[in-house]
Amino acid sequence: MTNDEIRALILRELRRIAPEIDADTIDPSVELREQADLDSMDILNWMIAIHEKTGVEIPEADYARMATLNDCVSYLSQRLK
Amino acid sequence: MGAGAGADKVRVLGKGALVNTAARAARITYREAMRQAIREALQRDPRVFLMGEDVGKYGGCFAVSKGLLDEFGPERIRDTPLSESAFVGAGIGAAMGGMRPIVEIMTVNFSLLALDQILNNAATILHMSGGQFNIPLVIRMTTGAGRQLAAQHSHSLEGWYAHIPGIKVLTPATIEDARGMLWTALEDPDPVLIFEHQTLYNMEGELPADAGPVDIERARVRRPGTDISLISYGGSLHKVMEAATQLAAAGINAEVIDLRVLRPLDTATIIDSVTRTHRAIIIDEGWRSGSISAEVSARIMEGAFYELDVPVARICSAEVPMPYAKHLEDAALPQVSAIVEAARSLTGSNG
Amino acid sequence: MPSLGADMEVGTILQWLVKPGDAVKRGDIVAVVDTEKATIEIEVFQSGVIDRIVVPEGEQVPVGTLIAVIRTDGEVAAPPAPVAVPTPPAPAAPPVAAPKPMEKPTVPAVSAAPPHRLRISPLAMRVAVDLKVDLSKVKGTGPDGAITKADVERAAKAAKEAPAVEALAAIAPAVAKAPPARPAAAIDHHVAMRRVIAASMARSKREIPHYYLATHVDMSRAMAWLQSENLKLPIANRALYSVLLLKSVALAVRDFPEMNGYWIDNSFRHSDAVHVGVAISLRKGGLIAPAIHDVDKKPLGEIMANLRDLVKRVRAETLRSSEIADATITVTSLGEQGVETVFGIIYPPQVALVGFGKIVERPWASNGMIGARPVMMATLAADHRASDGHRGGLFLAAIDRFLQEPEKL
Repeated sequence: MTNDEIRALILRELRRIAPEIDADTIDPSVELREQADLDSMDILNWMIAIHEKTGVEIPEADYARMATLNDCVSYLSQRLK
Repeated sequence: MGAGAGADKVRVLGKGALVNTAARAARITYREAMRQAIREALQRDPRVFLMGEDVGKYGGCFAVSKGLLDEFGPERIRDTPLSESAFVGAGIGAAMGGMRPIVEIMTVNFSLLALDQILNNAATILHMSGGQFNIPLVIRMTTGAGRQLAAQHSHSLEGWYAHIPGIKVLTPATIEDARGMLWTALEDPDPVLIFEHQTLYNMEGELPADAGPVDIERARVRRPGTDISLISYGGSLHKVMEAATQLAAAGINAEVIDLRVLRPLDTATIIDSVTRTHRAIIIDEGWRSGSISAEVSARIMEGAFYELDVPVARICSAEVPMPYAKHLEDAALPQVSAIVEAARSLTGSNG
Repeated sequence: MPSLGADMEVGTILQWLVKPGDAVKRGDIVAVVDTEKATIEIEVFQSGVIDRIVVPEGEQVPVGTLIAVIRTDGEVAAPPAPVAVPTPPAPAAPPVAAPKPMEKPTVPAVSAAPPHRLRISPLAMRVAVDLKVDLSKVKGTGPDGAITKADVERAAKAAKEAPAVEALAAIAPAVAKAPPARPAAAIDHHVAMRRVIAASMARSKREIPHYYLATHVDMSRAMAWLQSENLKLPIANRALYSVLLLKSVALAVRDFPEMNGYWIDNSFRHSDAVHVGVAISLRKGGLIAPAIHDVDKKPLGEIMANLRDLVKRVRAETLRSSEIADATITVTSLGEQGVETVFGIIYPPQVALVGFGKIVERPWASNGMIGARPVMMATLAADHRASDGHRGGLFLAAIDRFLQEPEKL
């Protein structure tokens, strides 16, 4: 998967949880849960969705490494190698 | 002149909507269809004869009976003096005596000279004779405007005749009806008046080779629609069809009703249509006051009041003697643009 | 029409899932009802056979209206007529009678006498009677501004979509008949929900003498235990710490019966069952607090599954009647994002609400040592008619105690 594909996947799954999100206005360096008003249930469901789509097992301790869109892309691309 | 252009327009319409296009269909004018109807009647029934002013040697003022004198002889194609009262009265007498006369009156304006015969005799004798005498008479006449024949020859008085109980009033507007109504009318035991609109004679259309008699009881839906009922007859029908085509392009699905028979009116078909569309415009070349359009409007009110979503509208001729000048004649008559405008207004699509 | 919360006054039958002759048993979902707050699946509490359906789909009726009859074993089928439908409290709506042609139509309700004679087509008048549209509010677009059928239908649709506004204006309850072709929830839940929250929170603050308590809870053990448990689990089975909070509250409240139940008719009614209402905020604003049943008796995994399902269904608007009406105590948690302390407003007729702020790392002195610990503020808003501050304090302390022994939850 290219980084663009990963980014698209992340945003797609995010929109399933928070449909009102405008992908164009997401600041990739600001925490997603803040920008998208995600609660812990949203985060969990999002992680489950990413896991289902990519197969990457994301330990809870790594949630902190997926705070921003940029973080997510680099974390997943690393784990997908 | 206007007639040629009008006929072209009608022909285009006739292809799609108004004419049965069976396999062995032949192209034919309204005039020829009428002539075929007369010829067939003369052939089928020896009691049938045609009489009127200039129907023989001249071939009819509108050339409907051209050639029939040669074919059937002066006994059955009879020229008459210029006396409507006399020859209509003669027709009534012949009908009482067992004949099946077809009387041609040149135009509806002149028929008024025979109104006494038509109303006080033809329409009434069955009643006054205590049911002893039927009058199986057919009177044909030209009606309507559009060919610059001015106030002498252009009025539309069929609505008046539809006022009279005891007669039937037919207004064939299509090739098939021109071909088929006459025989059914001759079969009728009572007087039948056939009004032929002067602009229709040159109209061409397909007629199946096996075309025959048609009913003289029912109106016809010439174009099914859902948004508004455009109710008309005779010469105006083709303007209405054109208007419906334009309306369709504007997204308004108009239903067109051809009354065909002004007396007795087919109220059921009218009510059924309005019940579906909830809006109605009556297009009638007669003058508005006391017209057949007034009668149709009243029947809609009586039978479909709670189905009406807008007031019934009428488009009639201006209440003036028909002008001679082309532009004035056009202005006096119901026109396609007025029909379209009214329909758009009633369907709330005019802005 | 069951009451799906103390704040519910009317409900609209969106869909019947049973028909006369169907056998039903307790707990079956028989209908979908639109309250002003949400779309709720209605369960039955009586096994039997559906004898007849009284209120058709699309109709809005007040709470308490007979909507269907269930015949229990041994009862014979009732004769089909007459069907008694309780009328709304003050209906200004006229009797519905489709006028026959040639008859004078019944004039629909006009709440304020129009200054002029109405210009309306006969058809539009007839449709207005059928749809019970208030013609004084309909703008005519027909010839000369006359009201046409389309205008009436537009008005009927608008009236159905904004019943809250109608009701607020103290207009007689519009018992609007929804077009049968569109059974989907047409009510704007956001407008309606705001009104419902306003009514119920105002009632709470007006009627309930709240007292508030707060205490810090050291969450280090609970979080560490949860983390280690989650490590063993695939991502889809992982639990959120909210589940620990719910279970702690449920277990603790068993020893404080005066916190668990309802204040109705000037007295407290205790509930043996512990159904914990979970305040779930909707993404576009608004709040629903459906219940997870018997939280005290369920293992954590099951509570987590219930919670996930509930959040999903709250957001998809497919709640069941028992979930909406049954909560005996409510928990609100502001989660990791919010602030440290929440003092909640009790959801009537309940008598207590436990609030949890976000977990923050704070210096924490214990056994003479200071360390950084994840700390959370637990609060209690309780009804002073039903309980006192002393017992409330002990209740909060009990919750704290359970959170210190997460393995026992």
